[in-house]
Amino acid sequence: MEHNVCAIELKGITKRFGEVVANDGIDLQLNRGEILSLLGENGSGKTTLMNMLSGIYFPDEGQIFVNGEPVSIRSPKDAFACGIGMIHQHYKLVDVFTAAENIVLGLEEPGKLDIRAAEEKVRTICEKYGFDIDPGQKIYDMSVSQKQTVEIVKVLYRGADILILDEPTAVLTPQETDKLFEVLRAMKADGKAIVIITHKLHEVMALSDKVSVLRKGKYIGTVKTSETSPQALTDMMVGHAVTLNIDRPRYETPVERLEVKGLTVLDGEGVKKLDNVSFTALGGEILGVAGIAGSGQKELLEAISGLCLVSQGEILYTPDGQAPANLVGKTPMQIRKAGVAMAFVPEDRLGMGLVGSMGMTGNMMLRSWKKGPGVFLNRKDPNELALRVWKELEVVTPSTDFPVRRMSGGNVQKVLVGREIASAPSVLMTAYAVRGLDINTSYTIYNLLTEQKMKGVAVIYVGEDLDVLLELCDRILVLCGGKVSGVLDARSATKEQIGLLMTRLGGKEGA
Amino acid sequence: MGNFLSLFLALIIAAITYGTPLLFGTLGEILTEKSGSLNLGVEGIMFMGGALGLGGVFYYEKAAGAGASGFVAVGIGILCAFLAGALASLIFSFLTITLRANQNVTGLALSIFGTGVGQFVGEYMRVRENGYISIGNALKGFFQNSPFPAALQRIPVVGGVLFGNSVFFYLGLILAAGMFFFLNRTRTGLYLRSVGESPATADAAGIAVERYKYLATVIGGGISAVGGMVYIMTIAGCVWNHEGLSGVGWLAVALVIFCMWRPLSAIWGSVLFGALMILYLRLVLPFVPTQLYKILPYVVTVIVLIVSSMRNNKEKQPPASLGLAYFREDR
Repeated sequence: MEHNVCAIELKGITKRFGEVVANDGIDLQLNRGEILSLLGENGSGKTTLMNMLSGIYFPDEGQIFVNGEPVSIRSPKDAFACGIGMIHQHYKLVDVFTAAENIVLGLEEPGKLDIRAAEEKVRTICEKYGFDIDPGQKIYDMSVSQKQTVEIVKVLYRGADILILDEPTAVLTPQETDKLFEVLRAMKADGKAIVIITHKLHEVMALSDKVSVLRKGKYIGTVKTSETSPQALTDMMVGHAVTLNIDRPRYETPVERLEVKGLTVLDGEGVKKLDNVSFTALGGEILGVAGIAGSGQKELLEAISGLCLVSQGEILYTPDGQAPANLVGKTPMQIRKAGVAMAFVPEDRLGMGLVGSMGMTGNMMLRSWKKGPGVFLNRKDPNELALRVWKELEVVTPSTDFPVRRMSGGNVQKVLVGREIASAPSVLMTAYAVRGLDINTSYTIYNLLTEQKMKGVAVIYVGEDLDVLLELCDRILVLCGGKVSGVLDARSATKEQIGLLMTRLGGKEGA
Repeated sequence: MGNFLSLFLALIIAAITYGTPLLFGTLGEILTEKSGSLNLGVEGIMFMGGALGLGGVFYYEKAAGAGASGFVAVGIGILCAFLAGALASLIFSFLTITLRANQNVTGLALSIFGTGVGQFVGEYMRVRENGYISIGNALKGFFQNSPFPAALQRIPVVGGVLFGNSVFFYLGLILAAGMFFFLNRTRTGLYLRSVGESPATADAAGIAVERYKYLATVIGGGISAVGGMVYIMTIAGCVWNHEGLSGVGWLAVALVIFCMWRPLSAIWGSVLFGALMILYLRLVLPFVPTQLYKILPYVVTVIVLIVSSMRNNKEKQPPASLGLAYFREDR
C-alpha cells in the first residue's frame, strides 16, 4: 500500500456564502488505507467542505490535491473522475427504480443500456465486500440500511477509492452500525481512503485512525485516534471544556401521570401500527422510547396527542390532584389544554410543528392563535416568547421574523423544542429532539428536559442514540413492529439489551 | 346481429378518428411530465398547433398550386404545428425551469395565452382570405384517408378498423411504441425518468437536470401541438373552426392520468376517450342531455384516480417530483 503520497490533500480551502464564511482556510490530509473522522458542531462547515470534494460546491480559494496532483472539481462528474464518491446524509435514490438502475444513473458508459451486465457487476462488488443487497430489488422495498448499502455500492461501482460518508449511522440500529463498520474496515484494508462525518464520539473512537476537528468554519487540528479521548475531542470541537455526563437526578416522589392501556392504532390501509401497547409514564421521570425507525413511535405520540385515531385501548391522564380522565376521543386542542405537549421533530424537520415560511414569532403563535380579542391576533406575547427562546437557546437567526425554513437544522429544532417547553406542560413528548444537532446544543436540550422532569413533568423522549437514552432516561420502553418488546430500567440496562429488543419481534416475523 | 356488429365497428373507427388527436396530445404530455414538468398549457398548445398547422398547409397549397404534394403538405402540417407547440413550451420551460415559477399557474396562463393566439391566427387568416380557409380536396385526402391500399381495407370485419384510419393514427402508434422503448429501455430514458422522480438524485449523479427538463418539455409540447393540427385536419375537415378544439387539450391532460403515464396505455386510452367523446352522437338515450355524455371522460379519469390511489401501487404513480421546481441549493 502506498503511504507516501496522500490520497487527498486540501490546502487553504475557503468557501463563502455571501457574508458567511463557511470554511476558512482548511488544510486536510488523508492517506490510502486510512479512515478519517471529521468532527465538528452543527454549522462548523463539515458538510460544506465535503460538498466541495464531491463537486456540489466550488471552493473560492485554496487547492485540492488528489494523489498528489492538483485537481479542479467543478461538478459531481469531475469528482467521480478523481475517484471521489460521497454518500450523502439524505440518500439520493430514485424510489421506483431498482438498485441496479440507481447505480448506473448518470454513468457515461459506451453502448446501449445493459441492466443485466450492470446487475452482474453489482453482485461482484457485493461479494467482494460482503454487502447483502439484491440489484433487481426496488428501492421502496428496501430498509434504511439496504438503501445505504446501495449508496455505497453506487460509488464503488464508479470506481471510487476515496469515500466520504456524511453521518452514515444516524438512522441505523447498533447491529446495522456494526455491520457498516465491518464493511468500512474491509474497504480500508483494500486500500481505500475513507472520510466519515459523525456526531457520535464513540463511533469516532471505534472506527477511525485519525480525527480532524472543525469549529465555526475553521480548522482546529488533526489528532491520532489512539492518542486522544472523547473528552479531549469535545473540548477541541467546542473550544472550551464541557461536561459530557448528563446529570440524572432522581425526582423524589414520582406520581402516575399517564397510563396507556392496550392501545391499538391502524393506519389508512388497516395495518396495525401500534398493537396492544400498554405502559405508564410517571411525572418526574423521563421515559425513553427506543425502536427502529417506523416501529410505531410516531403513531404513539400522535395517538396520545389526539392526532391519530385510536381503534382500541385507553389513555388515562391524571392531572395533579384530580381523577384520571380518558384522552381517547378528545380533540388535540382539548388534550393540549389539559397539559399534554408534543415536540415532534420529523425527518424533514419542518414537516410537522413549524411553518417554514413564517418567522419565529409566527410559529410561536401557532400555539396561541385562539387567544387575543375577537378576530384579531395577539402578537405581543408570542413575540416575547420568541425573543426568550432566541436568547435562552442561542438560536442563530437575524430576527424573530426570519423564515425558519432558512435557518440551519439545529436552530429549527431549538425553536420547536423551546416552544413546547414554554407552554409549561405536565406531559412533554419529544421525538428526535436532537436529531442532527451537535453535542453542545444536544446537551442544552437534555438539560432542558431534565429541568422539566425535576418540575414533576412526565417526559416522553423518543430517541435514536441509545447511549443518550441510557444516560438521560429513567426507564426505557422498547418498541418493535408496533408492539412493546420490553421496558427496561435505564440505570441498569445495556445497549446490547436494547438493540436485541429493538429487532427481536421484527426478526421473528420478518424472516 | 350483423347490424349490431357493423354499428360497433363504425363506432370504433369513429372513436379512433376522435382519439388520434388525443393520442398525440397525451404522448407529448407524458414525455413532458416524465421530466417532472406539469405543463397544464396543453389546451393552448393544441390550439396553436391547430391554427398554425392549418395555416402552414394552406399557404403551402396556395404557393404550390395544383402541383402541391400530399407528402410535403402532411410534413409541413406536422412541422408547423410542432414548432408552434415547441415555442409555447419553451416559454413555459423558461418560466418554470430557469425562473422557477409555479408550474400550475404558468401552465394555466399558457392555456389561456395559447388559446388566444390560436384563435387570433385562425380568425386573422380567415378574414384575410375572404372569410374561408380550406384545403383542396386532393390534399384533404392525404390527411384524412387511409395510407393503405383499398384491398387491405376491404378485408371483412377487421379491415376497416385495422387499415382504414388516417395516416396520423399509425404515426401515433409508432410514436407511442418509440416512446415506450425510449423511456424504458434506453439510458437517456432512464436518466429522464430519474429527473422527473428525483432531480436531486439525478443532479448528484451528474445528469444535466435543466437540459433534460427543457428538452422533454419542448419536444413534448411540440408533439402535443401536432394533436391539435390532426384534429383540425381530420375531424374539423381542414377548416378553421374556433370552437372545435376547445376541451381537447384538457382531455389529453386527463388521459395522461388515466393511462398512468404509460405511453402504450395511451393508445387504447385515447381510443376509449375518443369513443366517450362521440357517444352522444351514436347512443342517444331519451332525456339524457349531451352535456352528461361529455363529462364521461372526466368521470372515468376520476374513477381511475380513486381506484389507483386505493390500490397504492408504487409503480403506478405520477413522477415523484411532478410539478415541483428544482433548485440545487434548496434544502
